Amino acid sequence: MRLYNIDIPSRLLLGTAQYPSPQVLTEAITASGCDVITVSLRREAARGATAGSGFWSLLQASGARLLPNTAGCHSAREAVTTAEMAREVFGTNWIKLEVIGHADTLQPDPFALVEAAQTLCADGFQVFPYTTEDLIVAERLLNAGCKVLMPWGAPIGSGQGLRHAEALASMRQYFPQVPLIIDAGLGAPSQAARAMEMGFDAVLLNTAVAKAGDPVAMARAFGQAVKAGRIAYEAGLMPPRDMAVPSTPVLGMANLNLANLDLGGRS
Amino acid sequence: MRIELNGSQYDISAATLAEALNELGYGAAALATALNGAFIATTARPTTPLHDGDRVEVLAPMQGG
Repeated sequence: MRLYNIDIPSRLLLGTAQYPSPQVLTEAITASGCDVITVSLRREAARGATAGSGFWSLLQASGARLLPNTAGCHSAREAVTTAEMAREVFGTNWIKLEVIGHADTLQPDPFALVEAAQTLCADGFQVFPYTTEDLIVAERLLNAGCKVLMPWGAPIGSGQGLRHAEALASMRQYFPQVPLIIDAGLGAPSQAARAMEMGFDAVLLNTAVAKAGDPVAMARAFGQAVKAGRIAYEAGLMPPRDMAVPSTPVLGMANLNLANLDLGGRS
Repeated sequence: MRIELNGSQYDISAATLAEALNELGYGAAALATALNGAFIATTARPTTPLHDGDRVEVLAPMQGG
């Protein structure tokens, strides 16, 4: 998979929040096999506190490529400023652009998202916009300069899977050449596998791993599901059929009826 | 002068953003700063004057999804 001209072997991108401990996070990153992890910026207390520096060391030790986010931003201006701050701290032009439109649903504000994407792309950022499956919004984001789109599966942290699978399938067909990453809402490896079987390029998730009973094992499960789903997509899934079709050859069946009675159906 | 930093009020004698960070005990850790909602790069902190009532944000790497 190529994202902004960078080869990324793993099609699973992992969030780093909500893990029971930094140790579990580190092990989960390794177990998932992911190459890209998402990170954020938060207030650092004054007077000698260094809450961020331990995490910074962990990130550097992980060896993963960093994708900073603008989580929690509710306006284009906030998101742009946050992106600028993230670029300096994390030393990357990559930015996962989130502009939240509603505090409860955490759904993207598509208008502010496009506005922020235009500003950031013009300023040299490589933008990964968290968006909906709306095709026109997607067009606008691509016109703004985004080379990757990240449609939601379901609301952030909800674990509901692909709520609008048909619309996502349309999006996949409509943009065959654009890397599409399902971001947010996945709760189970089967849901990640489904997204990959549908031809999405990758999935990004956090809560489903971090809040699992055993986050490290769940990270491994998601890693394997994403691989399986991708292999299945490349192998080509059979089309669904309305009626049963025998898989065992009918030709050459023995006639084991007691008498030559017409039982209907096959003769 | 009195500024708001990360939502709290501080009385500082520093004249620039770089001096204020130093005065408030921020070390050499990876930090990003904004002044009144606008990003201020590390290199610009020494030449960025502060004024009474300014709103400063100091952010550090944190877990995120």
